[in-house]
Amino acid sequence: MKTGAKILVESLQREGVDILFGYPGGVVLPIYDELYDSSLKHLLVRHEQAAAHAADGYARASGKVGACLATSGPGACNLVTGIATAYMDSVPIVAITGQVPTSLLGNDAFQESDITGITMPITKHNYLVKDAKDVARTVKEAFYIAGTGRPGPVLIDMPKDVSTGTVDKVEFPETVSLRGYNPTYKGHKRQIEKAIEYIATAERPVIYAGGGVIASNASAELVELATVLSIPVTTTLMGIGCIPGDHPLNLGMLGMHGTEYANFAITESDLLIAIGARFDDRVIGKAEKFAPNAKIIHIDIDPAEIGKNKRVDVPIVGDVRLVLKDMLTLIKKAGAKDAWMKRVKHWKQHHPLKFKKDGGLHPQFILQQMNELLKGDAVIVSEVGQNQMWTAQWFNFRHPRTWITSGGLGTMGYGFPAAIGAHFARPDLPVFDVAGDGSIQMNIQEMGTVAANKIPVKIVILNNMYLGMVRQWQELFYDRRYSYTELPPVEFVKIANAYGIEGVKVESCDDVMPALKAAIDCDGPFVMDFRIEREENVFPMVPAGAAINEMIGGHTPS
Amino acid sequence: MKQHTLAVLVENKAGVLSRVTGLFSRRGFNIESLAVGTCEEPGMSRITIVVIGDDGKVEQVTKQLNKLIDVIKVSDLMENERVERELAMIKVAAEPGTTRAEIMQIAQIFRAQIVDVGAKTVVLQVVGDTDKIDALEKLLRQYGVKELVRTGRIGILRGAKTAGSGK
Repeated sequence: MKTGAKILVESLQREGVDILFGYPGGVVLPIYDELYDSSLKHLLVRHEQAAAHAADGYARASGKVGACLATSGPGACNLVTGIATAYMDSVPIVAITGQVPTSLLGNDAFQESDITGITMPITKHNYLVKDAKDVARTVKEAFYIAGTGRPGPVLIDMPKDVSTGTVDKVEFPETVSLRGYNPTYKGHKRQIEKAIEYIATAERPVIYAGGGVIASNASAELVELATVLSIPVTTTLMGIGCIPGDHPLNLGMLGMHGTEYANFAITESDLLIAIGARFDDRVIGKAEKFAPNAKIIHIDIDPAEIGKNKRVDVPIVGDVRLVLKDMLTLIKKAGAKDAWMKRVKHWKQHHPLKFKKDGGLHPQFILQQMNELLKGDAVIVSEVGQNQMWTAQWFNFRHPRTWITSGGLGTMGYGFPAAIGAHFARPDLPVFDVAGDGSIQMNIQEMGTVAANKIPVKIVILNNMYLGMVRQWQELFYDRRYSYTELPPVEFVKIANAYGIEGVKVESCDDVMPALKAAIDCDGPFVMDFRIEREENVFPMVPAGAAINEMIGGHTPS
Repeated sequence: MKQHTLAVLVENKAGVLSRVTGLFSRRGFNIESLAVGTCEEPGMSRITIVVIGDDGKVEQVTKQLNKLIDVIKVSDLMENERVERELAMIKVAAEPGTTRAEIMQIAQIFRAQIVDVGAKTVVLQVVGDTDKIDALEKLLRQYGVKELVRTGRIGILRGAKTAGSGK
């Protein structure tokens, strides 16, 4: 005989969960009592939002399904931002929430919230378990749904009497059968052949690679395809890392804060090969002017993404990795597109990313120093805003799953807890959270978590005493009226010290490398408070709704 | 913008209706009519939804519906020859000896049935396509419609073809 709580914990272990990020409360007491002497590791965070983000960071860094646990009512509601973040970026997590006993459901009981109702639009699927005998099957299905097809978050709501309820003979199912859920993995053969024909005749092809390449672990296939065909590759924010930053075919990020050469290449291309990308508005700007002269091949596992924002000539629904493998067996070495490659190379040489070298402490310089020290062998997590865009532009990522950021939802406060999760996925690598002084304060309480557990997350605060990205928009589009974007100075090192964390304040370029080295040398967490140029902007920039080749701080293609 | 009648085969599970209708409201669709009931397969229900929207938007919402785990199959009935029906019950003011005879005559013309007769009212039940019910309602307005309820539209394809059950 086993209780629902015990079945839950055992089911999680059967799914390969090695760490559960959570926070206890009234109706999850039976589950926490099971965890007390279970071999399943649990990390106590300081706010439930951080539990969801940590599960998400763990999932992105490992490629496995992350798991988190919270109590009913406020606990469950605090997970919402984290679940929505995972949903927008197609990250597989399973969130478990406690719920009031089934006899009280709908009664406005203490700490009751309709969390399955609340999370319906931000989960791939969710469950309200009503009987302890359904727990094992539900957990099995939840992990299957979260981790297969287009990944996403799944929530399981466990009323207290389901956790305490008993089952005489527990069966843990080995397989899942869901009639309404059958993702397409294998690409349609005829469509793949058609794509190969388009590629063969294209003169100015560009690959536009998104997070789907990372999610399907297709980086090697992508780089091989690009190399064999000599097609330049631009990545979305989510796709960064799928091709090494210094690869000769890599054009860096495209879109609103993309490189000039990526945006030029897209605009002039005659064939766009979109792979695991979803034509997001921050990427394509004005839709009609995005790759206006190109035929479009779109490979994605989600049929709903095909043709959503842009008409497509060759749709291929399937797992990116399997489709690329099929393509690789069919392609012949293409004739080198010399003129096109020369043109792209010319743009790359003449319109590189740049920043002022005037001796001031610029964030781009700090990221260059991080490059020099880490050489791509680190997991870099970011918050949201200028810190995120500078990192995306300037850090040289060399491996997939080493860049972790909230792309779709743009969640400030994501980075620090996600970095905690990433550490448990990749304890072999240093983990850095690149933050702003605004976003770090959205989940700064997690200093308690890293201090108590000696989790060696290194926090780089690009401190400009502004909500920098919003300030940048106010500077450019609202006549420098800095409405509520200035933040008073905060001594972050003192806050860190209060938690028992070491840290250093840095105000000059010369002190950057020593600070980074001190962070690496420190066994535990470490805080670097970099006082950067206050009104530094992220350039180039495509104003919202403009064509992507019309960039502020950009040029006309030469 | 045109009308679409979507037949959505779903697992008969708690919350499935709000999952389905939530997708429409999130995308700014107003549902014109909705009918739900069990169907030919045990454990399944068929939801019939009438919406007005341009083809692209309806295609997108159809694809999103297909992604719901509890949804087995979505078909747009407008793509084929079909029969569509709705049932309405209309309570009309009908004092004996005054308008009652006229109302009964109208009912006959529309093949509507009188399903209840009270001291001051009669209830008509009519089955037909939306236009027919609209026409009857319009005619009855002059006598005083006290209450009107409609089931929402349901539809079925003509011939051997079915809305299907595979996904």
